[in-house]
Amino acid sequence: MSKFKAKKQNIAIDMTPMVDLAFLLITFFMLTVKFRAPEAVEVDLPSSIADTPLPAQDILMISVSGDGRIFFGVDSKHVRLGILEKIKERYGYSFSEEEMHLFSILPEIGVPFEQLKGYLALREDERKAIDKRASIPVDSTNNQLKQWILFARYSNPKLRIVIRADERAPYPVIARVIETLKEQKIHRFNLITTFEARPQKVS
Amino acid sequence: MAAEVGGDSGAPKKGKKKGKARKPRKRPRIDMTPMVDLGFLLLTFFVLTTTMSTPNTMPVVVPPKITEKDEVEPPKIAEGKVITLLVGRGKVYHYTGVEKPELHQTDFSSQGGIRRVLLQRRQEVAARYGNPDEMIVIIKMLDEAQYKDFVDILDEMNIIQQRKYALVDITKEEVGMVEDYKKQMKSS
Repeated sequence: MSKFKAKKQNIAIDMTPMVDLAFLLITFFMLTVKFRAPEAVEVDLPSSIADTPLPAQDILMISVSGDGRIFFGVDSKHVRLGILEKIKERYGYSFSEEEMHLFSILPEIGVPFEQLKGYLALREDERKAIDKRASIPVDSTNNQLKQWILFARYSNPKLRIVIRADERAPYPVIARVIETLKEQKIHRFNLITTFEARPQKVS
Repeated sequence: MAAEVGGDSGAPKKGKKKGKARKPRKRPRIDMTPMVDLGFLLLTFFVLTTTMSTPNTMPVVVPPKITEKDEVEPPKIAEGKVITLLVGRGKVYHYTGVEKPELHQTDFSSQGGIRRVLLQRRQEVAARYGNPDEMIVIIKMLDEAQYKDFVDILDEMNIIQQRKYALVDITKEEVGMVEDYKKQMKSS
């Protein structure tokens, strides 16, 4: 036994194919992964059996947080700038070059028009703090969500309306949002959900 | 594959070992372990992040708002075809008919929950009108409901493939009915 032991066979596994495969997979996942812009509100989505994927563009997203605060977002920079133009026109605010740029990269906005300029002047962490309590007003006397939707559709009429709400969001708020959509003759929209398997036996 | 050229391992072949390897053929070997470690770490990361973010959408169609000036009556439907659901938080109250409707309570559980009630009602409607698709579900949300309940009830419609359903505002009488029902449950 000792005779053979002296040889000290060095076992080396050739890892090349494994590495090849691993890196192939990495490349695949890196290319397919889509990083979503950080959203202003954290939302726990409810699950449903719906399996239609979210369309990639022309999205107008209304987010509702668990405590019923409403946020508004569109996916394209172009539309965001269009909205800002409209806000300027309609409410007579003026925005500096930097404020316009900042607005164009923010994925979601949840402050009333009156506070928008102040909000854009803040630092990122201060904006985050505001996002924790801000909301777009939807009262019948001051329905700013309606204005947001109007302005957005002005810039891009093809926008698809999507509601992304937390599963704990109180229904009356959702009802207000749906009501707002109805007022603008939008009767068809989508709810974002996570996928859940369809139950087996249904007849 | 030519064995001489390949040299699949650093150790020479066991069988014929010619000459003491005074000067073993030095093929530079790169230790790939750290690279592989890193590779798999990244792989795991990307696998996890991709599967996490798969949002789907559920289409919803709501009936147009009937304003006073439109002077349009809501469409009349045979009460035998209708079931009305009043959706609360995790609970569903349902009744049929218009004359002294009797409220029943159920929930979203897959066994014996609202699905069973709806499927039963479909059979009743089928027996009377010949086609279960004649059934119409009217969904009314109570204020206590959460968004989850809303999605659940719409999902239920998709699961049983109920095409005819409408989302309607709840009336005061119906809120009263639910309140009464709850009081009754508490006292008994």
